[in-house]
Amino acid sequence: MQERILKILEKNGNLTIKQLAVLLDEDEEIVRNEIIRMKKEGVILGFNTVINWEKTERQLVTALIEVRVHPQKDRGFDDVADKISSLKQVTGCYLMSGGFDLAVMVEGKDFKEIALFVAEKLAVIDGVLSTATHFVLKKYKDGGVHFMNAVKDDREAIVL
Amino acid sequence: MIKSNIASVPASGIRKYFDLLNEMEDVISLGIGEPDFVTPFSIMQAAHTAMDRGHTHYSSNMGFISLREEIAKYMKNRYGLSYCPKDEILVTVGASEAIDLALRCLLGPGDEVIIPEPSFVAYKGCATFTGATVVTVDLDKNNRFKLTKEALEKAITERTRVIIFPFPNNPTGSIMKKEDMAEIADFLKDKDLVIISDEIYSELTYNGGHVSIASFDCLKEKTLVINGFSKAFAMTGWRLGYACGCKELIHAMNKIHQYAIMCAPSIAQYAAMDALRNGADDVRYMVEKYNQRRRIIVNGFNEIGLDCFEPEGAFYAFPSIKRTGMTSDEFCESLLKEEHVLMVPGNAFGKSGEGYARATYASSIDNILEALDRIDRFLRRRNIK
Repeated sequence: MQERILKILEKNGNLTIKQLAVLLDEDEEIVRNEIIRMKKEGVILGFNTVINWEKTERQLVTALIEVRVHPQKDRGFDDVADKISSLKQVTGCYLMSGGFDLAVMVEGKDFKEIALFVAEKLAVIDGVLSTATHFVLKKYKDGGVHFMNAVKDDREAIVL
Repeated sequence: MIKSNIASVPASGIRKYFDLLNEMEDVISLGIGEPDFVTPFSIMQAAHTAMDRGHTHYSSNMGFISLREEIAKYMKNRYGLSYCPKDEILVTVGASEAIDLALRCLLGPGDEVIIPEPSFVAYKGCATFTGATVVTVDLDKNNRFKLTKEALEKAITERTRVIIFPFPNNPTGSIMKKEDMAEIADFLKDKDLVIISDEIYSELTYNGGHVSIASFDCLKEKTLVINGFSKAFAMTGWRLGYACGCKELIHAMNKIHQYAIMCAPSIAQYAAMDALRNGADDVRYMVEKYNQRRRIIVNGFNEIGLDCFEPEGAFYAFPSIKRTGMTSDEFCESLLKEEHVLMVPGNAFGKSGEGYARATYASSIDNILEALDRIDRFLRRRNIK
């Protein structure tokens, strides 16, 4: 049940409880309680909208920053990662295997703003050894949504 | 210049909607009877591979034997039906070609064909082209749009050569369960006629699996099962179907097929082999999605006041629009013009479809919800609730 609800919400976060219940062929009350429970337990943390900002007036640049971190005794990478995550420009922060430690997704209005953010906010955090900034040039798919063919229905009219 | 039995068939009633559609922006089309999914990835890869290897030649007239063997396996495993891949299976250009071939082999002037309605528009058209007389049987919503022995009894005559058996049904979404067919099987077992069972939606059933009427032993020999890849595997544009039946009929159909078509497209046949070998998971995924949309749309229609029976197969909802006081045509035309939502008038599928409209739910949940909102607004404006 939990998984069935989540699989739908993952793609369609804007459904009402009633619509969800119909979709799942379940009782509305049961679905409502299940969602309340999952929110309480921190399974459901929020509902986001996937936006293609390129189609709006707003200037937005996204970057992926590789961060190498000096792990701390007993805490490993957690404290540094937590500090980075609390910065409002940061939209994602992941501990990685491989050549660096944290992958940090950052949004800003232009390249310069992100460069300043890295220099003034990120690189100076205690424990951060180095950073490498990669700017996103174009988004093809984000949050599970394929931008190129989203919305478009190119089926032709045919008699049948 | 044009032969009378062709000239006399009217152009499709749906045509004018498409002309309107082309002039409009932001139409939500619940009109087209095809999956919104793109063909599953592995099937497309199989087609790419076939091209890369230069498999670009004709196949044998009846289709690649390896594909026919896969079809035989599939029919056996999925529906318990045994057909010899060598001479009881014909691969065609869509299920539609198979319907046309079969009718041309079996019907001529003076013969009668029984067609339950509402149903897919091609049966009547193709049957009329043969010069045969079409005898329609009206399916009734009160009976969940199922075919009954009683209705058949009334329609059948000495001259009945063919009965079309169109389940799961387009446009009603109605299905025939084993128990629904038992009486019919018993009634037909001694009749000298052919049942053309169009099972193109056989994979798309939502309350239990599909049962073929050919699975009644007494009917196996006189039933031609038609199926294809379009609906189940989201392969409409590949144009690939097949017919399974007795040797004599398949042989006759192949005579027309070999001169008119020669063979179905080779690349599509390679793709279809992959569909049958590896496509089951993709089908299951799509069926689950259709099922969710089905519940949303049926619930939605009933909530906004358009009484909708629960379709158990295919991907169509067929709500009654009688309480609007409009004809199916008036309803669909006004809805398209005012709210830019395309539904197909029920009478396009036979006169017993009057009072209904068909909505395809092979569309995203967002589209379906938005369409329902618009239809609701349309009804409110007329104080129909």
